[in-house]
Amino acid sequence: MAIAGYGGDPVDPLVVFNLVSALNPMIPDLTQLLQSLHVDADWIGLRAMREVSTRRSVRRQHPTHNGTRLDMGIMVEVVVDGQLGYGATNSFDRDDVQRAADQAHLQAIAARQWGLHACTTSVRPPVVGHYRSPCAKPLDVLTAGDVNDILLRLCRHLTVSSQVVQAIATAVTREIDIWLVSSSGSDVHQTLSVVEGHLSATAEDGAIIQQRSDHGYLAHSYQGGWECFLTDDLWARSQHIGEQAVELLTAEECPTLKTTLVLAPDQMMLQLHESVGHPLELDRILGDERNYAGGSFVKPQDFGRLAYGSPLMNVVFDPTIDGELASYQFDDIGAPAQRQYLIRSGTLERGLGSLESQERLRVRGVACARATSWNRPPIDRMANINLEPGSTPLPELIAQIDDGIYMETNRSWSIDDQRYKFQFGCEYAKRIEQGQITRTLRNPNYRATTPEFWHSLRLVGDRSTWQHYGTPLCGKGEPNQLIWVGHGSPVCAFEQVDVFGGGAA
Amino acid sequence: MMSTKADQLELVFRHLVTALGDRLHAHEHMSLELTGEQSQFVRFNRAKVRQIGTVSDGQVRLTLMADQRTGYYDLPLTGIWDQDWHHAQAALDTLRRELPQLPVDPYLVLPSGTANSGELYQGMIPAPRDVPDLVLAEVAGLDFAGLYAGGRVVRGYGDSVGQYHWFATDSFTLDYSLFTTDGQAVKGTYAGSHWQPNRYTARLDQAKQQLTRLAQPRKTVPAGSYRTYFAPAAIAELLSMFSWGGISEAALQRGDSAFRLLQTGEQRLSPLFTLSEDFSHGLVPRFNQLGDMTPVHVPLIVQGELVNTLVNARTAKEYGKVANGANGGETLRSPDLRPGNLLPDHVLSTLDTGLYVSNLHYLNWSDRPTGRITGMTRYACFWVEAGQMIAPIENLRFDESLYRCFGSHLVALTQTQDFVPEVGSYEHRDLGGMWVPGAIVDDFVYTL
Repeated sequence: MAIAGYGGDPVDPLVVFNLVSALNPMIPDLTQLLQSLHVDADWIGLRAMREVSTRRSVRRQHPTHNGTRLDMGIMVEVVVDGQLGYGATNSFDRDDVQRAADQAHLQAIAARQWGLHACTTSVRPPVVGHYRSPCAKPLDVLTAGDVNDILLRLCRHLTVSSQVVQAIATAVTREIDIWLVSSSGSDVHQTLSVVEGHLSATAEDGAIIQQRSDHGYLAHSYQGGWECFLTDDLWARSQHIGEQAVELLTAEECPTLKTTLVLAPDQMMLQLHESVGHPLELDRILGDERNYAGGSFVKPQDFGRLAYGSPLMNVVFDPTIDGELASYQFDDIGAPAQRQYLIRSGTLERGLGSLESQERLRVRGVACARATSWNRPPIDRMANINLEPGSTPLPELIAQIDDGIYMETNRSWSIDDQRYKFQFGCEYAKRIEQGQITRTLRNPNYRATTPEFWHSLRLVGDRSTWQHYGTPLCGKGEPNQLIWVGHGSPVCAFEQVDVFGGGAA
Repeated sequence: MMSTKADQLELVFRHLVTALGDRLHAHEHMSLELTGEQSQFVRFNRAKVRQIGTVSDGQVRLTLMADQRTGYYDLPLTGIWDQDWHHAQAALDTLRRELPQLPVDPYLVLPSGTANSGELYQGMIPAPRDVPDLVLAEVAGLDFAGLYAGGRVVRGYGDSVGQYHWFATDSFTLDYSLFTTDGQAVKGTYAGSHWQPNRYTARLDQAKQQLTRLAQPRKTVPAGSYRTYFAPAAIAELLSMFSWGGISEAALQRGDSAFRLLQTGEQRLSPLFTLSEDFSHGLVPRFNQLGDMTPVHVPLIVQGELVNTLVNARTAKEYGKVANGANGGETLRSPDLRPGNLLPDHVLSTLDTGLYVSNLHYLNWSDRPTGRITGMTRYACFWVEAGQMIAPIENLRFDESLYRCFGSHLVALTQTQDFVPEVGSYEHRDLGGMWVPGAIVDDFVYTL
């Protein structure tokens, strides 16, 4: 079969894998390994993964985590008579990989008469290329001691007064190598460099306890090097988090009312994720996910027709943004990744579905077959799902609101299995009165249904309000998988939303 | 073949404990924890196979402790000595290089016990080639979705003071849903270590019966407060919140727990509510991250009063408490909620008028200090009038406090408990489950 090149610079696969073998003595030349396997299959592919991560964390001036993780393994996939089967092992020993291939073959045969959808090798396209995250300050420039010193300092900055009873600073680094080779000529190597950061302060005054964090748990997750963590505003930001935790102790409770809700980009991340990303996953619409996370209120016939939200709503799948957490050149089955509109001017255009799902549902999708590691099969996933900026500068947006509430930073999330009725809570809120931001509010929550909410989108902030964050903790799939996703959004205003505070419902 | 690989893992793990122990300097301590499995995963949709495969995995955590400092390194354990020893040596070298750079950890607890244990639960689980036939032949013509996960799971522990534990179990879980043509569903699980076709058939028959009850138009119930019967699977969902900012002593000390008012005595739960950790069922290992063996029975809440929290040795050292063998996260591992007096046949008549809720979904704290939880009803949930099931309902969002639900508003617990298996598989297959009754609760608050 001919080898087609997509996207990235074509490279000589032998050069890549010789280099890989030299750098990773436990990872053999995968092309040779593939050729050495004996399997009676129509197609065979290897997806190898090696992840080296570190996690360092400090709480109240004392270390709580100093850990490194090496995870590596290989998944062998085969197609036999239109049925896929897989076998995965954490050993790169040739005999173990052969056993995994035998298992994959046996599984495909066992399932052949029960297959949900007969596939062809078109769902595993032949591709050659490579991708590497941008990285200015490589992950190894800081020693373990350096990182701990920084985290200790951050905890001191977070502890702005004796009312701050907990201060936590965490830094996670990951270097992830993913290789794909296949009998149809695929040869892909992608290297992701990731830095995740978390800061939080807990303030206490008697029975009142309030927490403030750095835009949510591990929301400061980006592709890149230490430059993503050591930003110019890091120290000021950490102090601000501590100050706001203390400020919340004496803030008013968020009132119960129907009002204009303004969401900061860090809460829009969660809003997009839960009420746009997940419902558009084609595997949910196909029913694969019904026994776990659920289905979707979106129907196959909705693509190209459904008015998902107000005409101000433009949502893209964009794996091309430098530094956003889920950027890549190819998904985990080799589909070349491109920016695509999911929702344009409020109308649903395209779903989040892999080549397999697109073939099954006959709906347009994107390159989003992703696996959390070598030991889980790729499934339909979000990558970077971003809301496009609008045209309203922030001062103008606030000035247009007579009565409203502005909320920042998710702290509670819950949505039903069809992604319809949701309730989300935030860490911090402000009252908006007669076009001005006024008092601070605590324990803010809001609830709505997805279509009603997105149709109530009235104002979308301009490019200057657009921020992107990430989360490494999106859970889905059977067997279960946690994966990393990125979300960017401007500040947005929604009309007539039910908001309420803590205590009584 | 699966057990052969697991046997190989144990040999190499035991060897690794010895070989690393031999290399330690006098002032160093270490522990090794293993999580491993040889599993088959078969995912189903529309009574067909969606994805099928096997995973052979093992991961070891090497924790090095010296000069009041500690760090850990997670590395693959493959069962091939040369590979595994190569990684282990590199991990030890890395940790030795790093430790002197780290801040002192005042709450470091060194392994100090003398515990040893070995448990092997061999089962009769289906051969991987037979699973699609065994599962799907019984559900022909139904809309069936779910996951079969089966095989051997191992957990190991060894340390520099000579403690050694091994736990291996053959087990399977089949977690499934059956759907009507309009998308209503019934949830079922079948779990164990011996696949028995007649038991699977009996479980399916129960689910099919419930499915017929769903084949009528759904009733939209407006938001409000309703007397509610929660089936055991729904109670298990609520209990799972006890492991997330609940019963952990560290969470309580740090302002992260919903149970502070329970601890201070400002709130209490119902006298009907008695919860304990009960390891007598033998489905999960009793040893923890320090090699300590948890007592077989740890009462936590007795007749509504908090008598113990989950305390690990590190938390005990930090806050001057007594450890009770809790794991690192101080989460429930083998919870048992005592049954009550309500006869299963009397559930509907005692409920009288209200909601019959089979499952709950996607729970989260909506206001942790007051114990308030939000979430959704899911699967076969019904409107009941005068003790009769009237119609399935459109799913409802709830927002309610645990202090009301398991406290002042708890009416009755059923006389029987169900075993609700743990079916999670993030990173690796989880073990165990919960033993829980059903419950009737007055005026449970639904908001959307």
